[in-house]
Amino acid sequence: MDTKPLVELDGVSKRYGAVAAVDGLDLTIDAGEFVAIMGPSGCGKTTTIKMLAGLETPSAGEIRLAGRRVNDLPVWERDTPLVWQSLALFPFLTVLENVEFGLRMRGVDRTGRRRRALSWLDRLGLAEFAGRNVADLSGGQRQRVALARSLVTEPPVLLLDEPLSALDAHLSVRMQAELKRLQREIGITFVYITHSHSEAFTMADRVVIMNKGRVEQIGAPKDIFLRPASRFVARFLGGNNLFAGRVARMERDGAVVTTADGSFRVARAAAAGVRVGDAVDLNVRSDRISLTQQTGWSGNEVHCRLVSEEFVGALVNLHLETAAGTEIVAQLQQRDLEMLDLSPGTGFVASWHPEDGHLIVPEAPQPLALAAE
Amino acid sequence: MIANRFVRRALLAYLGLVLLFAFAPIAAGFVFSVNSDRFPSLPLGSFTLDWYRAVFEDALVVESFRNSLLVGLAAAPLATLIGFAAAYADYRFRFFGQRAVLVLGLLPPTIPVVILGVAMLAFLARLGLAGTLTAVIVCHVVVCAPFAMAVARLRFAQIDPDLEIAAQNLGASDWRAFAAVIVPMAWPALMAAMFLSLAVSFDEYMIAWFVGGLNETVPVRVLGFLQGQVSPRIHAIGAVSFLVSILLVALAQMLTSRMTRH
Ligand SMILES: Nc1ncnc2c1ncn2[C@@H]1O[C@H](COP(=O)(O)OP(=O)(O)OP(=O)(O)O)[C@@H](O)[C@H]1O
Ligand SMILES: [Mg+2]
Repeated sequence: MDTKPLVELDGVSKRYGAVAAVDGLDLTIDAGEFVAIMGPSGCGKTTTIKMLAGLETPSAGEIRLAGRRVNDLPVWERDTPLVWQSLALFPFLTVLENVEFGLRMRGVDRTGRRRRALSWLDRLGLAEFAGRNVADLSGGQRQRVALARSLVTEPPVLLLDEPLSALDAHLSVRMQAELKRLQREIGITFVYITHSHSEAFTMADRVVIMNKGRVEQIGAPKDIFLRPASRFVARFLGGNNLFAGRVARMERDGAVVTTADGSFRVARAAAAGVRVGDAVDLNVRSDRISLTQQTGWSGNEVHCRLVSEEFVGALVNLHLETAAGTEIVAQLQQRDLEMLDLSPGTGFVASWHPEDGHLIVPEAPQPLALAAE
Repeated sequence: MIANRFVRRALLAYLGLVLLFAFAPIAAGFVFSVNSDRFPSLPLGSFTLDWYRAVFEDALVVESFRNSLLVGLAAAPLATLIGFAAAYADYRFRFFGQRAVLVLGLLPPTIPVVILGVAMLAFLARLGLAGTLTAVIVCHVVVCAPFAMAVARLRFAQIDPDLEIAAQNLGASDWRAFAAVIVPMAWPALMAAMFLSLAVSFDEYMIAWFVGGLNETVPVRVLGFLQGQVSPRIHAIGAVSFLVSILLVALAQMLTSRMTRH
């Protein structure tokens, strides 16, 4: 039985001159996992995946595939195919020849590689296009050719760099379902970079949120969604309201946090691990906020004024501002708006249940890391 | 509308005039090469191929064609190889002094040929090569390589650099990736560069004259003719040279435009 993780990144850094594209990254991925990597543009996602594929050499740290150090292994000796954002299909080869390419380079004989390539084309619904030029395919078909070309060698891990970003929304959703099904069926590891929350959160077993070359949070999609570990993650995911404050006291059923906008209660579960006096950020998801026009409800509440409204399908994001200048977003159903006066500047009371609050404990400053710079 | 049509016609007429100016002397050369009169004058005499016969019975002319062919066939592949390799290095790698290397590589055509010729002669004389066909070949490699490099660069600008890396990612070692991706994609450009180099070499006069000594190429022989008596044989040899050059350039051009298909 093999219990070793399939992919291990151990303090991996990549420096370009003075810029650290990846900065001390630790990440362990098990066989058969679907891991999505997210983060703002330039945070080092592509660099990370390129180091896994051997297209870039780490400046520091160690990368292991199936327990074996691969830092210095040439690209072509690893079995880590990458699905490129640009697809990088070979324009001078037919669909079939593109898919055969990896097998040809690995010395598989003609009949063997033809059979295997055709079976992958068949599996991805491309059999009828085998003889076509790749330029004559639609975006979705090309996408599938790229997948087939990478999967034909049956690698232990497939790397994907924003593979669906060039497709329209409808096609992208269909491909998401197809990718997830494929990954389950063949049981290989997917390391999947994406900018789309929907892709990451529907497909991945675990999501990695990166920032400035480091990991901010790793977890199951639901955990990250419900309990962002840092201000950064909360902001990156969006739809979160943050109140900076301090734990004022602990009570039997939770904690009380004082902020510039008043004191708020949080439930016991959310307050686990904090102590009185800790600096914390109270986070409330925008869909958990209720708006009324008069005070009186006994939960957490704060007075604010309407700034603007933003329609997102059947939902509306109301942007508000408190007297202390904190911005609040409340997400409501369109039909809930009928009772409210929505002229700008109208006063509202925003409220939420103590169970809907979640505490983020900011990371302690790291004097060592600072000293090293 | 009317103004438009007028402008259009004027422009067409202008284009016609330009082409006329450019090609009239060449056309005249063709006409007089098959004209029986001893001196180019109107009205024309009768049609004859005597001048062509005279040219190809002249041992020196035949020799010069043989020399040009030899020089071209030796210099063009070498120049293509060097130019292509330089363009590839610039396309594929980032290295210190890259721009300087690029500029140096593209420089030779901007140096006045007289200066280039004299410098080459002085240099090759030291090596004891002056006056040999080898000298002409060496010089033509230098002159043609930048053209080959320019054509190759044109092609590389269209090839997604990720393709070669994608091939490596699929298990091709660097040489195999080069052979499996770059060679097929750059093949028409390579051929175009080759024909262009042949054309440049075939037309080059000054340096061949400086360094070739008694080994005359076609343009050098033509000059030899001009310095002797003027004879319609000039027109005959000119017509043949023109056809060879234009054929080579047309081949290069055809291949270059075919490149853009992928
Ligand atoms: N070859 C390079 N030379 C210098 N800097 C580079 C190089 N490649 C990447 N970088 C820098 O490293 C950082 C990380 O780049 P990377 O491409 O990994 O980002 P990313 O997370 O994939 O971004 P995006 O979401 O925009 O694709 C960026 O600041 C980028 O400018
Ligand atoms: Mg990227």
